[in-house]
Amino acid sequence: METIMSILVGVLFTIGTYLILTKSLIRIILGTSIISHGVHLLILTMGGLKSGGPPLLGIGTTTFTDALPQALILTAIVINFATTALFLVLSYRAYQELGTDNTAEMRGDENE
Amino acid sequence: MNNLVIMPIIVPLIIGLVMVIFRQRILFHKIFSVLTLIATGVISGVLMYQVKYDGIQTLQLGGWEAPFGVSMVADMFSGLLLLTTSIVGLFCLIFAFGSIGEDRERHYFYPLFLFLITGVNGSFLTGDVFNLFVCFEVMLISSYALITLGGEKKQLRESIKYVLINLLASFLFLVAVAYLYSVTGTINMAHLAERVSEVGQSGIITAVAMMFLFVFSLKAALFLFFWLPGSYSAPPTAVAAIFAALLTKVGIYAIFRFFTLIFHHQPEVTHLIIGIMAAISMLFGAIGAIAFNDIKKILTYNVIVGVGFILAGLATYTSEGLTGSIYYLIHDMVIKAVIFLIGGVIIALVGTSKLNDISGLIKTHPYLGWMFFVVALSISGIPPLSGFIGKVYITEGTFEVGYYWLGAIGLITSLMVLFSVMKIFMNSFWGETILSEDMEKSSTKGVMFPIVALVVLTIGLGIGAEGLYDYVNIAVESLMNPSSYIEAVLLGYSD
Repeated sequence: METIMSILVGVLFTIGTYLILTKSLIRIILGTSIISHGVHLLILTMGGLKSGGPPLLGIGTTTFTDALPQALILTAIVINFATTALFLVLSYRAYQELGTDNTAEMRGDENE
Repeated sequence: MNNLVIMPIIVPLIIGLVMVIFRQRILFHKIFSVLTLIATGVISGVLMYQVKYDGIQTLQLGGWEAPFGVSMVADMFSGLLLLTTSIVGLFCLIFAFGSIGEDRERHYFYPLFLFLITGVNGSFLTGDVFNLFVCFEVMLISSYALITLGGEKKQLRESIKYVLINLLASFLFLVAVAYLYSVTGTINMAHLAERVSEVGQSGIITAVAMMFLFVFSLKAALFLFFWLPGSYSAPPTAVAAIFAALLTKVGIYAIFRFFTLIFHHQPEVTHLIIGIMAAISMLFGAIGAIAFNDIKKILTYNVIVGVGFILAGLATYTSEGLTGSIYYLIHDMVIKAVIFLIGGVIIALVGTSKLNDISGLIKTHPYLGWMFFVVALSISGIPPLSGFIGKVYITEGTFEVGYYWLGAIGLITSLMVLFSVMKIFMNSFWGETILSEDMEKSSTKGVMFPIVALVVLTIGLGIGAEGLYDYVNIAVESLMNPSSYIEAVLLGYSD
């Protein structure tokens, strides 16, 4: 199970990297979003999958699933949600002001 | 347990949140943001006093003992940085009063500023790796908003790159945390330190350490500084000054914390790599500072040189090197803020940052000119100003462990830095006065006080370095002997 998840994480990172390397702003944002999913799955996988019962007392199991990675992911998702929203608004404003969503046209100091 | 430890985080946070509600009361914003920074300054002073006499102060949040809960830890290193943050933040804030403009003030400038301070203070105080990530994000999201506030074309263009590079760094941070958790099974820094020293720093832990180094280098602009010159020259002066003074320093703090507390068992690998990266950033930063003829570009490249020099002290991993690093870190926070403020004032007066179009300002602004001269000497480490003592100790440290190349590069780049800032001084203050006072684009009214205060501070830090030595020494001792940190947080808990 961990192996399959690791491969999935790798695929998500590949797609995300490819999208970030394109020139269109919206694709870059989608790329960061996909990489963030990869990261979240990676945290889950690194904590170990299916290693025991739910982390509750009094249900008669001796091994428990580690709940910490899930707490971490929850926090990471919230933060990522906020930054993605901010990034979307920012690029929309940039598109309005600069008249382009092509990052190749946003380089240099001179075109102000 | 000491509830004071969390105060530098929640005071600016709560005051900032209250400010958001009263959006139109600008005067209320100004008064309370100043009071907040004074309060965090006083609190960090008290914390330093307590650390000096009672040892490292901790707070286990919610009563959950380490390593199960989130610990907040204040040792002398954090205390010194907290106090400097409050002082530098306060003067940048006062500078913003006279320069930031009502439009930005009405769009939550002061609350955002306080949230930035919240994130910075949180990063200095946390004792938990994931909590460090959260504090980084608090700081970064405020900085995203501050860098775009105003919505000028240049700001939007540069902030997209800034946001993207920091988002990627955050993802890599999480990846590194995931790997670390997988290898060691904990994310409490003290517990991590204990476990790593028990099982020894194997190859995989060193690999994870390199991943953290990569992440923090992106934030600190150590070697991976390609994003910095563009984004730090985009925002208004007060914001650029606080960025230059604080943001990269948080990355530096994280590198110090990780590579003195947790990953310090293989200095011949990890610390040597830090040293090489520091040498490259010093060289490239200094070359950049010399090459450009633009005030903003020269100053931003000087930030990179400073980062490299501070980490050269860590690379030696000796008491001398770390003493120098801490002195230089404090000096660098003050000096980068004041040089960005003076540079910003010059640009605002003349209306351009191109050195070729500026000349002879000494006639109309003698005080500004001489203060810039003092700062320029201080930034390159001329005694008795504040840069000197740090430079001596760092160079001594590099010679002690035989990294002669590192010490030599540090000294050569100091000369290059001196040349680059003197270039600004000679071009903009000497020569024929081409700009009469009534042709100036703005005035120096209301912005001189913070500059004067910070210049006095840099002179004071240089002359009064002796008085600071006790505190720096305690900080270095706890960095070199991580067992005191571990003992204070874990209180004898072991697996």
